[in-house]
Amino acid sequence: MPKITMRQAITDALREEMHRDETVFIMGQEVGMWGGTYAVTRGFYDEFGAKRIRDTPISEMAIGGAAAGAAMNGLRPIAEFMTINFAFLALDAIINHAAKVHYMFGGQMKCPVVFRAPGGGGRQLGATHSHTPDVIFAHFPGLKVVSPATAYDAKGLLKSAIRDDDPVMFIEHHTLYQIRDEVPEEEYLVPIGQSDVKREGTDVTIVGYAQGLQVALDAAAKLAEEGISAEVVDLRTLRPLDMGPVLKSFQKTFRAVIVEEGYRSFGIGAEIAARLQEEGFDYLDAPIKRVAQYEVPLPYSRQLEQSALINVDRVIKAVKEVL
Amino acid sequence: MDKETLLRWYRQMVLIRTFEQKCSELYQQGKIGGFLHLYIGQEAIAVGTINARKESDHLITAYRDHAHAIMAGTDVKYLMAEMLGKATGISKGRGGSMHLADVSKNYWGGYGIVGGHVPLGVGIALAEQYKGTDSAVLCYMGDGSTNIGYFHEALNLAGVWDLPVVFIVENNQYGMGTAVDRASAVPTMVEKAAAYGMKGKKVDGMNVFEVYNATEKALQAVRKGKAPQFLEMITYRFEGHSMGDPLRYRTKEEVHKWQETDPIGILEKRILDEVHATKEEMDALDEEVKLEIAAAVQFAEESPFPELDTLFDHIYANPK
Repeated sequence: MPKITMRQAITDALREEMHRDETVFIMGQEVGMWGGTYAVTRGFYDEFGAKRIRDTPISEMAIGGAAAGAAMNGLRPIAEFMTINFAFLALDAIINHAAKVHYMFGGQMKCPVVFRAPGGGGRQLGATHSHTPDVIFAHFPGLKVVSPATAYDAKGLLKSAIRDDDPVMFIEHHTLYQIRDEVPEEEYLVPIGQSDVKREGTDVTIVGYAQGLQVALDAAAKLAEEGISAEVVDLRTLRPLDMGPVLKSFQKTFRAVIVEEGYRSFGIGAEIAARLQEEGFDYLDAPIKRVAQYEVPLPYSRQLEQSALINVDRVIKAVKEVL
Repeated sequence: MDKETLLRWYRQMVLIRTFEQKCSELYQQGKIGGFLHLYIGQEAIAVGTINARKESDHLITAYRDHAHAIMAGTDVKYLMAEMLGKATGISKGRGGSMHLADVSKNYWGGYGIVGGHVPLGVGIALAEQYKGTDSAVLCYMGDGSTNIGYFHEALNLAGVWDLPVVFIVENNQYGMGTAVDRASAVPTMVEKAAAYGMKGKKVDGMNVFEVYNATEKALQAVRKGKAPQFLEMITYRFEGHSMGDPLRYRTKEEVHKWQETDPIGILEKRILDEVHATKEEMDALDEEVKLEIAAAVQFAEESPFPELDTLFDHIYANPK
């Protein structure tokens, strides 16, 4: 099976869905003539034309709202925010409108929009360009929130998101664009709302997603050299959250470490830890540890920034604390 | 305009006003909760604009939305049921006064976030352009909303993409309790539209004929490709911003002055003078409307509330 990058997987998913369904179109800043600031839509403008690849002004509120409106009226827009930091400007459109119209009008209309945005830190982009604010989106009913860690999951989840009749926040990670793994050439979908065991083990459950998942896998490989067998569970979807595989793993290992790139307080890990102790209390043999970004606006200077982010050593340390 | 049409418009305006007055009563009886924003005084805008649309043209507005729902063609009994939060309401009791909608009539709602619906309207128009139809969107909003970011971003997007929207500002002189000239650096809405490439038209919003003619022209322009369009309609709400408004920001004299140009009175005078309908004919229509509203209230009061086990219905169109 060929190995492709996550970037290529996303590009392929977009292209295949654009060909499959005439109502799918892409809008966002620099998606067209520039080819996408992360090169995801390179070549699309020539291939699909200006009607279906729409360069927008710098207007996140309008991008969010117009995408939602077009989705209400029968199209399947994929609206890109150049980075997830800029999606803050569209929070009202996403949370108060896209995520609400199906419910508050009694089921009369659906809003099958996909909002795509890359997030994360580690590239010296400074405090306002480096957030991992996924938990904000995961908090609200009516929205679906997915964030893949592999090229395989990225392609399958994006296709599912585009075909889903609900608004989906598809969160990419800019440092994951170049990771490579095996992706089938034939069509496949990854269902939204399903966690996935990425590495089997017996001694500890490490839960993560996106960048955190990759760090967890690296940590698990290193731990194996010391004879510690870690099971790594990839959430893939944040909302609706699938605790099934997480609990099943916890019932085997009795110890859990949660890895996320967002901030620790009120984060994804806080939710997982709460659920584990609620639903798996009898299996708890140690406190549940959370490895997350230090709570500081991310600085520019390279080493300073790196010191705030999650890394393999911090995950290994947390695992050893629960064993 | 022939007599039949004018009497129909008159009845529509009276239906709106009677519906609003009944809602005010029910609110004071505690049967309607939350916020209630009455349209009394602004009837000529909903009636004039929506009578000018094709059924395939879309409507979207803010939270002073009962008139638009009535004019979209939804039976008032389903609107009254929604006001009371009943399961038979047009939004199944989940929306309430601010979130009426009837997609089967191309009426997309009823929104509580000031300006939040404007880019939705632009997106609905984008879909029509994408599909290659000649349908337009009538996107209503208040004067207050012309200062929020949504207004600027949405109008700019509509302008730069030539989207088939007719933006209609119902300028009732106040954004909640703040007069237009205390909120807007440029208090004339049509001047703001110019910033986005739209040559706006200012219209007497108390005169249903002016409203109708301006909307008809705007829709024709949109269908000829001269999109988008912008209409500023000068009007006044005779009641407060919402129920419980202590009205400290305007005088009773000002209200009385505007009531001299009551849109229903203006239309009634034209009908009596020009098409020679009789006062009896018009009183008969008033009575008909009273009965229609009474029946709607009865339907609403006899309808059940939503079952509690339906709380989680319609969160997703596509549950897992």
